[in-house]
Amino acid sequence: MPNPDSQAPGTAGPDAPGSDSVGIVTPQTARFEEPLLLACGRELVPYELVYETYGELNSSRSNAVLVCHALSGHHHAAGYHSADDRKPGWWNEYIGPGKPIDTNRFFVVSLNNLGGCHGSTGPTSINPASGKPWGPDFPPLRARDWVHSQRHLADRLGIACWAAVIGGSLGGMQAMRWALEYPERVKHCVVIASAMKLSAQNIAFNEIARHAIQSDPDFAEGRYLEAETIPGRGLALARMVGHITYLSDDAMATKFGRDLRSGSLEQGVEGSVEFQVQSYLHYQGSQFSGSFDANTYILMTRALDYFDLAREYGDDPVAAFRHARCSFLVISFSTDWRFSPARSREIVDALIAADRPVTYAEIDAKEGHDAFLMPIPRYRDLFAAYMQRVGTD
Amino acid sequence: MRLDLTRIQPWIAPGSRVLDLGCGNGEFLRRLQQERQVRGMGLEIDPDNITAAVGRGLNVVEQNMDEGLANFPDQSFDTVVMAHALQAVHYPDRVLEEMLRIGRESIVTFPNFGHWRCRLYLGSRGRMPVSKFMPYTWYDTPNIHFCTVRDFEALCAEKGIRILDREMVGNTDRQPVLASAWPNLFALTAIYRLSR
Repeated sequence: MPNPDSQAPGTAGPDAPGSDSVGIVTPQTARFEEPLLLACGRELVPYELVYETYGELNSSRSNAVLVCHALSGHHHAAGYHSADDRKPGWWNEYIGPGKPIDTNRFFVVSLNNLGGCHGSTGPTSINPASGKPWGPDFPPLRARDWVHSQRHLADRLGIACWAAVIGGSLGGMQAMRWALEYPERVKHCVVIASAMKLSAQNIAFNEIARHAIQSDPDFAEGRYLEAETIPGRGLALARMVGHITYLSDDAMATKFGRDLRSGSLEQGVEGSVEFQVQSYLHYQGSQFSGSFDANTYILMTRALDYFDLAREYGDDPVAAFRHARCSFLVISFSTDWRFSPARSREIVDALIAADRPVTYAEIDAKEGHDAFLMPIPRYRDLFAAYMQRVGTD
Repeated sequence: MRLDLTRIQPWIAPGSRVLDLGCGNGEFLRRLQQERQVRGMGLEIDPDNITAAVGRGLNVVEQNMDEGLANFPDQSFDTVVMAHALQAVHYPDRVLEEMLRIGRESIVTFPNFGHWRCRLYLGSRGRMPVSKFMPYTWYDTPNIHFCTVRDFEALCAEKGIRILDREMVGNTDRQPVLASAWPNLFALTAIYRLSR
């Protein structure tokens, strides 16, 4: 789940000479006036999708790649918004000139999903019926709703068929849904650190996150914008729990160990003690609570929980994947316990049984679920090798 | 490209489905795709080989044969190939059975431990053979199940596996006659085409 703060250091800035960055990018907005029928039965109209593009669409319109974001992600996947922007987009390691999703070759589209809080229509938008922010009244969404809205964006951009639909975590779920909903519009489906459905343990973690937000008195039953408050403590707590699950035991041991940030545990010394990991979690929590909408977090975690690839196919993943027409790349990471390699193997086994072309690798990485955002040589080389093939198919 | 792979190629029907167990860097499967238009899939565990095979445009799944092949449906491939890996798996007999469950036919190649040089080495020095062809020491080797041509055919007989074809490769191209006449002594590599 994209965590902009775990960006690796050393990425070239927007003005760096010989930069492998897409440089300065400007988000765009697509407005849709035709109603979108949602899985819950309600219609959303009008709605807006904020997106960025990197690279050039070729004359045959055959080099377009869709990047689907994860739980806390957004449209800003690569490059910088201004010359003094400190941090690049959340997948800058993998999108850019000469990178696996090579912008010299591909036209990359990255959007903020519906229900998001970074510009696309969501709980912080004004509900035209009431003139007030949607808040908790924003319709519940499923991954398939995002896929359907992304299809309208593809139509708007004149893209009849994606060379690849790519996503990690919740983004991988959207990529798989694309392969089933619009089989004729996807040539390659790249599913990274994802699953066909969440486990009970996974849903349980999401419930803790939601409960933390809903228990914050400032949540005001979800109408905090009208009450002019922000459930910052709840959001921070939700993020802290989530963050622990995105890292591995090893990664936390390496990064923080038992190092102290302040105080002393020596006998005879009184006073409070703070471990480095405590300070890190508090920082992550407060950063997040200042930049993310609580209702969006609840909506997105529910979409994760409700996702079940094969539900509409008799609960049979093999039957589901028989609808796909594309080739698949599936990648997992050895220490990812939130979306474990076993979940990816289930995807691969179903694809094999459905006789679909599939490539699979389990990358040895200590970073846990967050590994999918990290610069890991084997991951990068494999991803790049596969994208070469996408570019020539 | 290893010699035994050249001999295998004619046994693979154009356009058929091929599963290559231990596909390495994908060289063989790639050639089958180009020359036989097969629909191929490779299994491999070495990370660099996987990346190289993906770079050749192949479908490769990271999977360890020793942990089973149960995820492959019955008769889902025309041919299942395993080149020079039989001697490296934990249960060669079970892998053979699985290959014939998954594929209509199987092609297996292995180094013949009954070759006269192995015998001479073992007989004269009393030590496990180490050569250019079998370069590992006994204690540090992926090859844990060496067998001879005769051993392999005995296993096939025991398991009711039909030998459709066999090709023997001598240690030089000048010796095909010897390798064919006395394979257990003169074949360096044995190649079998099998079915149920």
